[in-house]
Amino acid sequence: MIGPAGPQWWRVPIELLDRLPLITIDSGVSPEQWNIVWQIRMPRVVLAVLVGAMLSISGASYQGVFRNPLVDPYLLGVAAGAGLGATIVFTLRRSATETWWIDPLPLAAFIGGLVAVFATYIIGSAFNKTRSTATLVLAGIAVTALTTAIQTFVLQRNNDVVRQVYSWILGRLSSATWGDVRLIMPYVVSSCVVLLMHRRLLDVLRVGDEEATALGANIRRVRLTVVLAATLGTASAVAVSGLIGFVGIIVPHTVRLIFGASYRRVLPLSILFGATFLVLADIPSRVLSDPAETPIGVVTAFFGAPFFLLLLRARNNRS
Amino acid sequence: MSTLGFCNLSIAYDGVLAVNGFNDILHSGEWLCLIGPNGAGKSSVLRAAAGLVDYSGSVAIDQQEIPTTSAKWRAQNIAYVPQTPLMPDDMTVFEFVLLGRNPYIKHFALESAHDKQVIEKVLTRLDLTPFTKRMVGTLSGGERQRIVIARALAQEAPVLLLDEPTAALDIGHQQQALELVDDLRRERGLTVVSAMHDLTLAGLYADRLVLMHQGLCVASGDARTVLRSETLAEFYGVSARVHHEADGTVVVIPQRSINN
Repeated sequence: MIGPAGPQWWRVPIELLDRLPLITIDSGVSPEQWNIVWQIRMPRVVLAVLVGAMLSISGASYQGVFRNPLVDPYLLGVAAGAGLGATIVFTLRRSATETWWIDPLPLAAFIGGLVAVFATYIIGSAFNKTRSTATLVLAGIAVTALTTAIQTFVLQRNNDVVRQVYSWILGRLSSATWGDVRLIMPYVVSSCVVLLMHRRLLDVLRVGDEEATALGANIRRVRLTVVLAATLGTASAVAVSGLIGFVGIIVPHTVRLIFGASYRRVLPLSILFGATFLVLADIPSRVLSDPAETPIGVVTAFFGAPFFLLLLRARNNRS
Repeated sequence: MSTLGFCNLSIAYDGVLAVNGFNDILHSGEWLCLIGPNGAGKSSVLRAAAGLVDYSGSVAIDQQEIPTTSAKWRAQNIAYVPQTPLMPDDMTVFEFVLLGRNPYIKHFALESAHDKQVIEKVLTRLDLTPFTKRMVGTLSGGERQRIVIARALAQEAPVLLLDEPTAALDIGHQQQALELVDDLRRERGLTVVSAMHDLTLAGLYADRLVLMHQGLCVASGDARTVLRSETLAEFYGVSARVHHEADGTVVVIPQRSINN
């Protein structure tokens, strides 16, 4: 709602009220200004809500099933796979794809991300005779390395698109349209619902695979479903926004530090806090280097990291 | 109130047999203690019964073989207390004990009011009510052991398996923990199998001892029958005196070798 062009910020809620049936208030917002708000700012805010919520709840869920606090939603190769997909589209020349009936960029990123995670899962479970999750994580690292190598190779041969790919990797919400929102909405909503349904089972997994099994939990099924749902949601978020780092780690941990570690609280609150955090982080991203854009991935890390350190410190002092 | 039977139970790790055709039947309410040197297969027997390792042969409750496919059914009938339980520091005691209700809750459902009542009762019985909101990480060793037993009781299973329940406890807390298990066994008719290293304690609490060696049961019976210095010398390679108290308690006292 805030940005270099358009109406004064306080007029927007009044105009929104005006647009509701049966209410007529003069907000002083011109139709041109309203266009900026509705066609450019609104989808951007809604997308920030969806992407922030998705990355945060995926991060929390991954940390739950892998019982590792350092895990982020890009762990199993989503980011690298999506990056490769996007790179390939960029090398095809964006101008050539402009006339296509659908923008291939998010689609390629989405498919790239899913293929990479699928490869990780196949390789990981092929070697995984014990029920250890370490194999899966290592497979993710290997797939990421391989995919990144291919991406670098492709980039080397197409020097002219390096800038575009680089800016995509840093993440952005600037080109958000209602089309993007429509594209990822079904994935984000269904993925969040599935993850939320697992909140009690993620608590059971906290005592480790062995004891969870002895308590009658089907850990393989839980792990597979949670990883699948989180990956699908993350891949869709990455497809439209590029790689927005740090959200998937910092938001769940902030929630844990404030509200406790039970997934019954961590999962729903991650949705709330993640959405809020990304909407707020998008404001400096728009106005810092006005009229250019600061990549939102830079903002999330720049403001997120110190805040998180402060929180960690405050908490350690208390205990 | 249930019997527990092991029929021709064999467990192999990477092709090496850890348990080789173990047979036993516990009557309802019996306390059986598995003893034997390290690597004899005691823990493996318990882990098989808890569904944590693949095995051949069968484990049966009331003569009904436990299907290897239903973890829930197993957890409703067998509660397992591991030797070193994984206890997340930032979990409250209530949350931890509540996990014991998992076998009764549908996959995506949450705990019912009944589940919470069961937890309240268990916590009250084990004098843990003041700890309800404490973080697990702030508890002492004895308190931790009690909440793990509380979680096992919350499973309301007729069979209780204890792997080295006293390993991390001082002598006072060892006694408290074993007395607690014995009281609960009598109140609820639990059938108990424990693996223990302390032979004197084992003989003191268990109805029956089974001595295991290299995956086989080599002696079974009460403390007087199993705890004999020749037997201990043969299977533990230890030189120990066995002393019989007037009240029937069998005390095992290690001796130093003569050439020292």
